[in-house]
Amino acid sequence: MDITNLTVHELQEKIKNKELTSREIVEAYNNKIEQKETEIQAFVTILGKEALEKAKEVDTKRANGEELGEFAGIPIGVKDNICTKGIKTTCSSKMLENFVSPYDATVMKKINAEHIITLGKLNMDEFAMGGSTEHSYFKTTKNPYNLNKVPGGSSGGSAAAVAAGMVPWALGSDTGGSIRQPASFCGVVGLKPTYGLVSRYGLVAFASSLDQIGPITKDVYDSALLLNIITGHDKKDTTSVEKGQIDYTKCLKNDVKGLKIGVPKEFFGEGINKEVKESLEKAIEKYKELGAIVEEISLDVAKYSLATYYIIACAEASSNLGRFDGIRYGHRAKEFSNLKELYKKSRSEGFGSEVKRRIILGTYVLSSGYYDAYYKKAQQVRTLVMQEFEKAFEKYDVILTPTSPTVAFDIGAKSNNPLEMYLSDICTVSVNIAGLPGISIPCGVDSQGMPIGMQLIGNKFCEETILNAAYTFEQEVKFRDNHKPKFKK
Amino acid sequence: MPREDYEAVMGLEVHAELSTKTKIFCSCKTTFGAEPNTQVCPICMAMPGTLPVLNEKVVEYAVKAGLATDCEIARDSKNDRKNYFYPDLPKSYQISQYDKPLCEHGKIEIETSNGKKVIGITRIHIEEDAGKLNHDEFSGGSLVDLNRAGVPLIEIVSEPDLRTTEEVEAYLKKLKSILEYIEVSDCKMQEGSFRADVNVSVRKKGDSNFGTRTEMKNMNSFRSITRAIEYEIDRQIDVIENGGKVDQETLRWDEVSGKTFSMRDKEDAKDYRYFPDPDLVAIKLSEEYIENIKNSLPELPESRKQRYLEEYKLSEKDANIITSSKYLSDLFEKAIEICNNPKAVNNWIISDISRILNEKEMEPNEIPFKFNELGKLVILIDKGTISSSIGKKILEELFENPKDPEQIIKEKGWIQISDETQIKEVVKKILEANPQSIADYKAGKDRALGFLVGQAMKETKGKANPKMLNQMFLEELKK
Repeated sequence: MDITNLTVHELQEKIKNKELTSREIVEAYNNKIEQKETEIQAFVTILGKEALEKAKEVDTKRANGEELGEFAGIPIGVKDNICTKGIKTTCSSKMLENFVSPYDATVMKKINAEHIITLGKLNMDEFAMGGSTEHSYFKTTKNPYNLNKVPGGSSGGSAAAVAAGMVPWALGSDTGGSIRQPASFCGVVGLKPTYGLVSRYGLVAFASSLDQIGPITKDVYDSALLLNIITGHDKKDTTSVEKGQIDYTKCLKNDVKGLKIGVPKEFFGEGINKEVKESLEKAIEKYKELGAIVEEISLDVAKYSLATYYIIACAEASSNLGRFDGIRYGHRAKEFSNLKELYKKSRSEGFGSEVKRRIILGTYVLSSGYYDAYYKKAQQVRTLVMQEFEKAFEKYDVILTPTSPTVAFDIGAKSNNPLEMYLSDICTVSVNIAGLPGISIPCGVDSQGMPIGMQLIGNKFCEETILNAAYTFEQEVKFRDNHKPKFKK
Repeated sequence: MPREDYEAVMGLEVHAELSTKTKIFCSCKTTFGAEPNTQVCPICMAMPGTLPVLNEKVVEYAVKAGLATDCEIARDSKNDRKNYFYPDLPKSYQISQYDKPLCEHGKIEIETSNGKKVIGITRIHIEEDAGKLNHDEFSGGSLVDLNRAGVPLIEIVSEPDLRTTEEVEAYLKKLKSILEYIEVSDCKMQEGSFRADVNVSVRKKGDSNFGTRTEMKNMNSFRSITRAIEYEIDRQIDVIENGGKVDQETLRWDEVSGKTFSMRDKEDAKDYRYFPDPDLVAIKLSEEYIENIKNSLPELPESRKQRYLEEYKLSEKDANIITSSKYLSDLFEKAIEICNNPKAVNNWIISDISRILNEKEMEPNEIPFKFNELGKLVILIDKGTISSSIGKKILEELFENPKDPEQIIKEKGWIQISDETQIKEVVKKILEANPQSIADYKAGKDRALGFLVGQAMKETKGKANPKMLNQMFLEELKK
């Protein structure tokens, strides 16, 4: 038995039946990380021994009959923009290369309270800006299906680590597709919850009105499990919402009869890869076979989402990233002759080119004289996008689209063309713009064996609907049984 | 053109620190004067990933201030980010309010030597204070203290309705007293919890357009505000008289040199890139919420003044002085409860207490003694235990070393002489020494009596009962 092939719910079962100890599980993952990290480059920080010590503690406590809960001793990987007390949180940036947060993010408090063991911090595009993990200051993470391809981004480290079996599950963050797109590229399951379902306290902000933390997992059941742990109103985040305790595994009914699925034609038009389109069409047929009602719909304003997204996200980022000024923490230039130079040099040296590009863009769209034409207009379009989704959800339970117009692309293929890179987000950004939940699950592979992702979008706080729709499809198609990363060189 | 032909136009931006127990977006304390960086947390230090949570008391206090100044209260308001870099601003943006302030369109009535005038309040909004930079003597650099970062402020913006320094001072005093009455700010200018930026421009009398304005910062007393405005008005008139143009700029008042200095060059013209803070939800206030605050407002200075005029028959001038400070007004009312002599208490406050405050450059809230001491002082005089001149000495003593006036009298041996034989002796002695005064009195000069009484008081070091002295001198003179 390869422990690292098991899902979390399988691990839980084996711990419960005393077939596995936490130590055995963590050791297996530590070994796998040691084996694969050189090729995959998924981690910024590996905890190794520290994690193993924690596993031993859990085993001892459990042996002594302590009630530790159903997740105790299960390991996890955490995206490196989620603050972890005493462990570096770098955002894959030189700016925070040596930054150790003095506090735990709310999601980390929840994870730690369950005695879940953090294996390490996962690589990402710097400050979550990018779709390929090539914008990390430290390393470029590779796609486990083909090491010459990107894993997607910005949660590329999280998705690659889960796909490669280096962590059983991981936390990612999604501002415009940063959980779903890498999940799609790496053949795993990524869920972006409804805005407000998960506390953002302790998530280093990129775009505050769009950011959400969510699970990246091997299957849909694990996604529901991790969602159970991380959701809940947080007094420290006034944008988080009180929904009561929901067990998201309860909705996994393996039944979509009568489920109304809308397929927006705009997401299947120009720019979409033929094989991706065919794979999606097959998935649509499968849903029909399973008894769902699938209809083509139009989401006309969605085409403005990408422009809207880049204006709003960059505007917020330009302000959010102001605090990295070299004064209290983070990178400070060694030599400067006055305050202005301290700022200029520290930020010039500390930020990478993509981050700078977005700060400049965001500063521009908020500047007096341009605010109305860009930021204000973008907010108006945002309202229209929300309204159009609201209208669609009056008729449909789920909206089905590809997660990305293409499969994973070659490393370096788009890194010199920001605009082309931004187009990779075209299917996912409108979900953030509208604050909706979206899940990406693998629906097939292309002729090269690269995974293709399907996105299911739900109405606000209707995670249960899309989780069930994803679960039912997964049970039918059994992607994991048929496709494994090949670490092709 | 002579100076008298110019008219100055002033508008004020007052920042008042709210006296909430905790900061506006985190639960750190707001106590003044703590060791640097001891009242901070990850939120007010702007550690990555932290989020603000709006302190509801701040909204309540701002709404109180709005209602007390006749403002309209917004049912739908929000927080905005004002972006700029400075080491005392840890997030590199200040959370403030831009286009939807909590309160708008208010007014305050002031009174000057020219009579009453209404000054418009443009808006009142909530925002967070910045930290402080301290010069480090060892390194020659600056050290950041973030204790003040996140202390709640309201900014009260007036209309450009003010024309003289007298009006400015009256406006500031009135505003300060209102904020003190509703207990939303302690308004201590010397601790920076009540600060004013002044916009000044000049124009020819009769012009309907405003001149170019400058904004002055860094004045921390009424005196420096007045000085700064007078200086700036003169400077602007000089510029115009010499054929120049006033530049729109921000000036820093330097108390030592008595001059204003430009704070930044024009190349640095600020674009704060305001936008709604996405970390905070909109502020929605219900009618019921506003109504409840309205009902909880204490009596305001204007209404107290009316009551003093009617109930205690104070003069308008006295009532103004007493109600200008909540502390004085409370002192007045509570002392009356003890001694039941409003007229006497009024006199003490208006004359001696005000004089001593002036001499010592103290604020009313710094008066070291309490209402019961003042009340007792009045009772002791009314009962004839001491004379009013001894009373004055006791008051001085109360400022130095506050304790029960009776205790002071005992310790100092200041009990009034009301013994008839003792007084008679003094009267005889004084009359013998001043035959001229007797002659004057008999010749019809009543003033001579006052002189004699004065001499007798001097002789007894103020301890003789003045009523008895008066009576006895009259009796003797009539003989």
